[in-house]
Amino acid sequence: MKPLSISGSPHVHSDESTKKIMWRVNLALVPMLLVGIAYFGLNALLISLVSVACCCLFQWLIEKFIMKVPTTLWDGSAIVTGLLLAFNVPATASMIWIVAIGALVAIGIGKMSFGGLGKNPFNPALVGRVFLLISFPVQMTTWPTVGKWFPMSLDTTTGATPLGVIKEGLMNGQKLSDIMASNDMPSLLNIFLGHIGGSFGEVCALAIIIGAIYLLCRKVITWHIPVSFILTAAIFSGILWLVNPEKFVDPLTTILTGGLLLGACFMATDMVTSPMSKWGQLLFGFGCGLLTIIIRNWGAYPEGVSFAILLMNAVTPLINRYIKPKRFAK
Amino acid sequence: MAKKAKSSLLNMFLSLTVIAVVAAGLLALVKVVTEEPIENAQKAKTEEAIKAVLPEFAKTDTLTVNGYMCHKAFNDAGELVGVAVESFSDKGFGGRLKVMYGFDMAGTIVGYSILETAETPGLGAKADTWFQNGGKGCVVGKNPGESKLTVKKDGGEVDAISGSTITSRAFCGALDEAYKAYKVVVEQ
Amino acid sequence: MKAKDIIKNGLIKENPTWVLVLGMCPTLATTTSAVNGMSMGLATTFVLLMSNIVISLLKSVIPDKVRIPAFIVVIATFVTIVQLVMQGFLPALYETLGLFIPLIVVNCIVLGRAEAFASKNNIWHSALDGLFMGLGFTWALTLVGMVREILGTGSVFGWKFIGEADGMLLFILPPGGFICLGLLMALVRYIQNKKTSKA
Repeated sequence: MKPLSISGSPHVHSDESTKKIMWRVNLALVPMLLVGIAYFGLNALLISLVSVACCCLFQWLIEKFIMKVPTTLWDGSAIVTGLLLAFNVPATASMIWIVAIGALVAIGIGKMSFGGLGKNPFNPALVGRVFLLISFPVQMTTWPTVGKWFPMSLDTTTGATPLGVIKEGLMNGQKLSDIMASNDMPSLLNIFLGHIGGSFGEVCALAIIIGAIYLLCRKVITWHIPVSFILTAAIFSGILWLVNPEKFVDPLTTILTGGLLLGACFMATDMVTSPMSKWGQLLFGFGCGLLTIIIRNWGAYPEGVSFAILLMNAVTPLINRYIKPKRFAK
Repeated sequence: MAKKAKSSLLNMFLSLTVIAVVAAGLLALVKVVTEEPIENAQKAKTEEAIKAVLPEFAKTDTLTVNGYMCHKAFNDAGELVGVAVESFSDKGFGGRLKVMYGFDMAGTIVGYSILETAETPGLGAKADTWFQNGGKGCVVGKNPGESKLTVKKDGGEVDAISGSTITSRAFCGALDEAYKAYKVVVEQ
Repeated sequence: MKAKDIIKNGLIKENPTWVLVLGMCPTLATTTSAVNGMSMGLATTFVLLMSNIVISLLKSVIPDKVRIPAFIVVIATFVTIVQLVMQGFLPALYETLGLFIPLIVVNCIVLGRAEAFASKNNIWHSALDGLFMGLGFTWALTLVGMVREILGTGSVFGWKFIGEADGMLLFILPPGGFICLGLLMALVRYIQNKKTSKA
């Protein structure tokens, strides 16, 4: 037995072990998984299985043969990464093997090359996702359309995401009101229920909110990051919308489409890669929201949540340095 | 070790001057030797591009129309057989996309070749084969005067490169400009 | 100093890329394919060899205080020669590497070897050092280029082995250069460490 154990952040002093936290996150992700399978069927199920299995496998292999340390597989963090990665890809047949590469990058480069859980500066699932987005732009932006329930076929008809439709239309010089009224654009109710094209974990706002409420009640996450992330995005996009409603999307559509909710509730809140103090977390969420809207409106990609969170991950050490948690004695 | 020259002003001045003069002389020599090959290589590049996009021709004549370089091609009898237009669009994903399009006298596209591109490798950079004969978005053999050569999303007939609508649009835009310049050349 | 040591230093022990970590700009920018990496390496090798020879010859007549400008003039001369010759006789290669050839002037390896080696050693050793430092740089660039080409486009030296499919695009884009270089550097160091701990 070592007299002192030295571990990376988070230095949480409570009965909450990493293991407990991670399994609760996994539980919170289940509603999204179920909705994904309901809408996208066999593809969604296979992608999740492959992604989780590969994340666990690579984690085990790296720990066993390269790092030569006892495996930390059972803390469940590899499963969280695997699920989040799977949620962030479109549920098409070609993704089933591509997601395995994403799992290798997420675990190998995103997590283990920094020394494992607690030492990674970037959210591993997002590292994997952005790697795939840049490496396989065609497959990663070919979205399946939602058809009947529980589709068992691997072949899917493809369509665009709401944000993709908007970006495309605006690039073509169309007015936003015309785009929103066109048939390609789903209704707000469908967007809320997730009956739209997109990565299969991000489509259903309802399922994400259920999962997030569970995590909040269980005190796995605090409200600071999600609320400041979503509020910033809403206010900033609201201002833009008021300035020019024909060019900028209204705040409600902004929040419900794309990966904003999923990112704000499950990926920006990752304990390892977000600031420790309350004020730091608020600042972190503010940065994420601001960057997301900037990338969505002026960037080349229609969606910017992943890039925004990764960029804010990069400044997290800086935030931690200048906004320290209050000491107990003070 | 050999004795080092002292860092006196005279020494510094002399050594630098001599080195610079010798270097300049050497470079002048190399410049003279390589001047012709460089010119030839550049000429060959343009000529090859014209050859790739036009039917058989004997000689060319270059003029500028609408700000684009146009190469008129004549056969042995001195008849005009086609025009190659160096067109470009600044709306590419990576900035300027410069393409040479060749038209025969009916206005049909004989071929094209990409002269300058900053498109993403593996995506927009596929434009060099995508619109060729046998490519998925083939424009060769089509006539911009008869068919609408814009990408399908914009109501045209051209299949855009998958994942690179922007590049495809730039390509079609440059094609449109080239065709306009071609019209001017032919009417002259 | 033995010739054998100089060769070994250049290729492995003091390899400019893996150990000295010099000249990262061309390493990252030109290694989008094996051929590009190798050509850049060979162009640099030529400059290194020639500048090392000339600087070694001139070492006793260049006053200390102006040695850096003198070295740079010599290096720039050879770089310009490479550029003109390539432009004239290898236009296709010049097309892809053109932008980076002038940058050889500011490549730290070239000035570094001039300063650290050629200005202190005889011609024969300097030439050998230039040649093998250059070749050490070349094999590193070729390896990085090859790995990036295989992963990024699914081909080796231009020969495609995965048919119609695309590779992982990231690896031929700039961020892939960083990731690939980092991973390879880790691998090379790992192998080197194993060797030294055994010896």
